[in-house]
Amino acid sequence: MTALLAVEELHVEIPLALGTLRPVRGVSFEIERGKTLSIVGESGCGKSLTSLAIMNLLPRGARRTATRLSYGGSDLLGLDERAMADLRGNEIAMIFQEPMTSLNPAFTIGNQLEEALLRHRKVARTEARARAVYLLEKVGITAAPERLRQYPHQLSGGLRQRVMIAMALMCGPKLIIADEPTTALDVTIQAQILHLLAALRREFEMGVILITHDLGVVARIADRVAVMYAGEIVESGSVEEIFARPLHPYTQGLMRCIPVPGRSRRGEHLGSIPGMVPSLIGALRGCAFSNRCSHAFERCAVESVPLREIAPDRAYRCLLSAEACARNALEAAAQ
Amino acid sequence: MLAYFLKRSLVALLVAITVSIISFMLLHLSGDLAQALAGPAATAADVAQVRKAYGLDRPLPVQYLEWGVKALSGDFGQSFFNREPVFDMIAERLPITMTLGATALALALALSIPLGIVAAVRPNTWLDRLALTVSVFGQALPSFWFGLLLIILFGLELRWLPVSGTGGWRYYVMPSITLAYYATPAFMRLTRAGMLEVLASDYIRTARAKGLRPASVLFKHALRNAIIPVVAVAAVQFGFLLGGSIVVESVFSLHGVGYLAWEAISRADFPVVQAIVLVLACIYIVLTLFADMLNAFLDPRIRVR
Amino acid sequence: MSVESFIGIGDRLQPSAATILRRRVFGHTTFVFGAGTLAFILLVALNASWLAPHDPYAQDLPQRLIPPIWSAEGSWTHVLGTDQLGRDYLSRLIYGTRISLLIGTAAMAMSGLIGTTLGVLAGYFGGRIDLAINFIITTRLAMPIILVALAVAALAGSSLENVILVLGLLLWDRFAVVTRSVTLQVRGLDYVAAAQAVGCSSLRVVASEILPNILNAIIVVATLEMANAILLEAALSFLGVGVPSPLPSWGLMIAEGKEYMFFTPWVITVPGVALFTLVLAINLLGDGVRDLTAPEHRN
Repeated sequence: MTALLAVEELHVEIPLALGTLRPVRGVSFEIERGKTLSIVGESGCGKSLTSLAIMNLLPRGARRTATRLSYGGSDLLGLDERAMADLRGNEIAMIFQEPMTSLNPAFTIGNQLEEALLRHRKVARTEARARAVYLLEKVGITAAPERLRQYPHQLSGGLRQRVMIAMALMCGPKLIIADEPTTALDVTIQAQILHLLAALRREFEMGVILITHDLGVVARIADRVAVMYAGEIVESGSVEEIFARPLHPYTQGLMRCIPVPGRSRRGEHLGSIPGMVPSLIGALRGCAFSNRCSHAFERCAVESVPLREIAPDRAYRCLLSAEACARNALEAAAQ
Repeated sequence: MLAYFLKRSLVALLVAITVSIISFMLLHLSGDLAQALAGPAATAADVAQVRKAYGLDRPLPVQYLEWGVKALSGDFGQSFFNREPVFDMIAERLPITMTLGATALALALALSIPLGIVAAVRPNTWLDRLALTVSVFGQALPSFWFGLLLIILFGLELRWLPVSGTGGWRYYVMPSITLAYYATPAFMRLTRAGMLEVLASDYIRTARAKGLRPASVLFKHALRNAIIPVVAVAAVQFGFLLGGSIVVESVFSLHGVGYLAWEAISRADFPVVQAIVLVLACIYIVLTLFADMLNAFLDPRIRVR
Repeated sequence: MSVESFIGIGDRLQPSAATILRRRVFGHTTFVFGAGTLAFILLVALNASWLAPHDPYAQDLPQRLIPPIWSAEGSWTHVLGTDQLGRDYLSRLIYGTRISLLIGTAAMAMSGLIGTTLGVLAGYFGGRIDLAINFIITTRLAMPIILVALAVAALAGSSLENVILVLGLLLWDRFAVVTRSVTLQVRGLDYVAAAQAVGCSSLRVVASEILPNILNAIIVVATLEMANAILLEAALSFLGVGVPSPLPSWGLMIAEGKEYMFFTPWVITVPGVALFTLVLAINLLGDGVRDLTAPEHRN
């Protein structure tokens, strides 16, 4: 099946006074319809910029390059702004992190929802309104027709995020990119929104790229995971595989940071990864994680580390063999 | 919302009263009115006579109250100079000044808003620098000098426009341009700053992510929010323009309220001066109230709940 | 150029190298130009007695209205020509720098003192003091400066001192508004609370914590108001109620030359250009200061 979205060797560069910043350094992945890919990583690892690069919404001054960037088989790289704008909101929709500021305070919810549809389809306003009501109800907002007349500041954060989701769905996109959709929300609301996203994905058979730093979120609704560190993907695989047998030291470190009910003992230290992310300005030598890795050896700081595919859809980026990594994981778990 | 309006109106009223008291005191205390009226050649006896005749020998609060009460009913007394009712004099000239002010404001906005938008959308480029330069030059130009230069150019050299006086629309062109140039820099900077801030906001990113066309993003989403402070300032600036009209009107001999104020001052015609100060202050105050209301109307966050 | 090419999402990341360089140079250029021109004018003012070729008050009626050097009838005796009373224009221009600078500085200082005090008081103490001061500011804004200045100057007599007094007592509003808002911001910061917690008196907190932070804002407003004061004095003198004749105020020179401007335009262009240059220099200085101390350049 042709991938819905195929990304190959995506780079993002930003020229600064101090040098060229490279927040995204050769990211590749694919996503299919009906599946959820989660891109996980800490803040600053380049995951948001990856999604903005795909949509060509990078800030002024940033440049993107890739050997391949295609949607449904057709190239995205060469598209001019006009053609790209035709795709945005229509075939590929995006949901952002900050629901409090992502809606225009000067217009009603209804206006902004309808506008999303009217931009891409020649339909009457009444039809757009009907679809807005339908989707608001689908995302769990009661009294939808009244809500249409309200302004963003009259809704809570959770409600606004639901509105954002509804807005993303107005044109029936095939791909949704959700950039930390629940980070700014209460934990209880988080669960609801994630549940909602999963249900909608199933119902409308969309592909979803879920960007997050929260492994708990990943466990809940992802099918496949790609772990990003310092602008690269360091490990990828199905969610079961990643959680059961994390190979890359960084992924292992992340897993240790999560308290597991039943397994973690009270008073036990939560895992942490010592050290800091290396500077992404200029070229990086060797493995980006080597300065923080407890299993690092001399080659790590010098050789560039390729992404190794040990099975279809299972890859990791380390000089150590897969067996060695797995052993390290077991040792760490036993401690 | 209504409570807010009432509260602001009350404050406005207090300000108006304070202004009238201050101007009254200023006029009566900064010099001897009777002396000024009697003229430099008057003797002490003459001055005393003048003082009595105009009731200037009574205690100040009494004089003020008497004036204040009459003013409330629209009676600003009579001009010391030609015995005409002050109210009529002002009423006759006010439309001219208002026309001048409105035209100047419209011109200023028409020039500065597009410039400001362009500068914001293309920051730190030559367009932006050009707009900033226009703004800086506009602020440094003495308005009366600019007016004179315009007269030399358009009135004398090119002979397109009348040199001075009051009359049909031609007589308003150069004065309006002069006054507009005075107000343009502030608007341009405000528009630019507002647009810059708005264009960096999250909801603009959302608008682009929805695939909206650039024109829609710029004019529907961005401008709508960026223009709010500009509109508010515009209303207030109109009040300032009315003040600045004094200079412009005297340069062009345009017989508006400003020109009247100047004439009155040079003739020591105090009832007129007192009345004009109050009238202009009231217009300014009303405009600020109006600007507040406009603000509330344009920003749903203030208006709705 | 299409509209499409205009849109960009605002800079969320650090400005690019090119932008920082541009800003620094541009900020530097305006600052340098403004400061340089102002310094030049200041030097002229201080050395007026040596630089001026003639006595600015010396009338020489047979020599009236001689055009400047670039005209056919001009001569090097009177490089910038003479006015309607035969007074040398260059000399009057040179001595005029003193008047403009004096009035600009004095009025700015006075209004700055008044406005900053009011603003800091309002911002720091808040509450009723803030309300009262806001009321005062609103009342001041409701009165058109020129009108009040006209009236007072006309009644109290027009003199240099009166002009300074009137402008100084009227131009404080922007100082007050700006310092008030900056004080409000600074007051909310943690280290101010810390200073208060340690028991520093209000005055001490204000002096040591608040004032240094509002200095930048004050400087920018000061340049604005100085320019404003100079322009206002020129306007008042033009209207006949500012600096009295025969003082060589540039505004007055324009007023006196107005009658002759159709035949001998230089009588108004020369002092006008001088005014424009001085005010421009001050504005550029202020802009340059603001650009150079903008957040991007801090630490």
